[in-house]
Amino acid sequence: MKVVVCIKQVPDTKGGVSFNPDGTLNRAAMLAIMNPDDKAGLEAALRLKDQYGAEVTVLTMGLPKATDVLREALAMGADKAVLVTDRVLGGADTWATSTTIAGALRNLEYDLVITGRQAIDGDTAQVGPQIAEHLGLPVISYAQDIKIDGDKVIVERLYDDRYHVLEAKMPCLITALAELNEPRYMTPGGIFDAFQAEITTWGRADLKDVEDGNLGLNGSPTKIAKASDKVRKGAGEKVVPDSPEDAVAYIIGKLDEKHVI
Amino acid sequence: MDFTLSKEHDMVRTLFKDFAENEVKPLAQEIDEQHRFPRETVDKMAKYGFMGIPVPKEYGGQGADTLAYAMCVEELSKVCGTTGVIVSAHTSLCIDPILTFGTEEQKQKYVVPLAKGEKLGAFGLTEPGAGTDAQGQQTKAVLDGDEWVLNGSKCFITNGKEADVYVIFAVTGKVEKRGRIMKEISAFIVEKGTPGFTFGTKENKMGICASSTYELIFTDCRIPKENLLGAQGKGFNIAMHTLDGGRIGIASQALGLAEGALETTINYVKERKQFGKAIGAFQNTQFQLADMATKVEAAKMLVYKAARKKDEYKKDPKVSYSVEAAMAKLYAAEVAMEVTTKCVQLHGGYGYIKEYDVERMMRDAKITEIYEGTSEVQRMVISAALLK
Repeated sequence: MKVVVCIKQVPDTKGGVSFNPDGTLNRAAMLAIMNPDDKAGLEAALRLKDQYGAEVTVLTMGLPKATDVLREALAMGADKAVLVTDRVLGGADTWATSTTIAGALRNLEYDLVITGRQAIDGDTAQVGPQIAEHLGLPVISYAQDIKIDGDKVIVERLYDDRYHVLEAKMPCLITALAELNEPRYMTPGGIFDAFQAEITTWGRADLKDVEDGNLGLNGSPTKIAKASDKVRKGAGEKVVPDSPEDAVAYIIGKLDEKHVI
Repeated sequence: MDFTLSKEHDMVRTLFKDFAENEVKPLAQEIDEQHRFPRETVDKMAKYGFMGIPVPKEYGGQGADTLAYAMCVEELSKVCGTTGVIVSAHTSLCIDPILTFGTEEQKQKYVVPLAKGEKLGAFGLTEPGAGTDAQGQQTKAVLDGDEWVLNGSKCFITNGKEADVYVIFAVTGKVEKRGRIMKEISAFIVEKGTPGFTFGTKENKMGICASSTYELIFTDCRIPKENLLGAQGKGFNIAMHTLDGGRIGIASQALGLAEGALETTINYVKERKQFGKAIGAFQNTQFQLADMATKVEAAKMLVYKAARKKDEYKKDPKVSYSVEAAMAKLYAAEVAMEVTTKCVQLHGGYGYIKEYDVERMMRDAKITEIYEGTSEVQRMVISAALLK
């Protein structure tokens, strides 16, 4: 069984977010980590490896610096790593990102493709399902549990108040939730080996069956027009209502006004 | 000369730091108060290979270097000095001598499970009458047919009773050296459960309370002849070689304790307000922090240098790291004691209360000036090399 996990290097939002003067994210100034949902997806794949002897490949698209998360994945136990990097791929929205990754996946053998539900920087949750669409694969999103039964996967798909149990024939694509599992640590020896391991690097020319018009900034139907910092909250106001009922009505009114409820 | 860490070492530090924060820190206070050996942490560390970091892969280890191992003990000790010394005693004092002096059979039988963390190791040298004067051994081993028969006792043994494999030193005869009659000391591997090998008093210590410190008792304890470690009569050299490496481990533990106390205190002085401002805004606090951070950095350089020197030794046995290890342990231990004491002071009354981590760190720091050779022994080693 072969599993490909798509992972993304994202800024560690716990370490604080910083912007460039032009409003774009200052990625150089921020700590970078493996996206948490992707890490859960990788852990799920590694458990399939422990259980069924699956071969796990990790794939990422990004700057050369993104090899850091590939090495982390190798140090956790992934078998192979692929970096897709090219100047023309920069500035991609979810469409251009998913066409790129689908183009890379066409070069690989897989029974299962796993992505995270969403990345904590863009927060769109679009790329996984779009990859599935490009490759004509069934997609099961929001997976909180994955089991294998012969040539089928059985997945619990989480909703707000329930979960569905879905069965799909492989090959298929699953998007994983961080709640899926507790990712394992790397091992010290795994880290030293990961820096000796070869990382396959692909550029534009290695993407299969992808048109130029669907790549990078030029191939993105959406454009970010403006990015701005969250407006800082002012000082709190002190209100002295006449009765507990008035207090509740006031708080509900405020929450409603701010679209919290 | 290069002071930047490799990317591998950066990543390995991130691993140790995450593990220490998530798995070790939440237990640190509880196991200290209950004097409880953290077996669950040892099992987790075994799972991730922390119990055999500098051991070659063919012997079940991680195949990483001494620097990575030192960083592991350092990061663990930042949040829990006890967890740091469990790894250190196991790796430096039990695995290292078997790996260095053992036969291929001994390595396969003992190093492999130890490095995988399936078994825990300990080192028995000290006796009630033989501490700094390690030549004053009373424990005896006599060859009887195919077995050595051990009689005597050892005290203050870290990982005692919890450990499965013990490297033990005993007198095997007398030799004449420069006209004087000296004891001939040899090293042995003894397994827990061997008839005649029992445990005595559990020590009730000031600090590193969760580490298991026991007296070992040997009463006609018979072990196979092939459990002699190294050549007969070479025990003293084996012990001294082992302690050189162990000192790097304890220096790393001391460094971690100092760093942990300093980090905690920096956070505290930013929050704690007196006279209308954070106490970190007072120049006394600032200068104390500056002095402590500078000493911690100096200690770190000595510790890392000693670890690097041991890695050079692994490639070229002519390289000696015993002076570097002695300097690192001496300085890091004294810095740990000074820094943790000052950090308690900067916490004021709260620093004296057990809910705050710094009082534990201060109690833990004191032992680093004593075990694996007191600060005075380190000064003897260093000055002997200077006056050679």
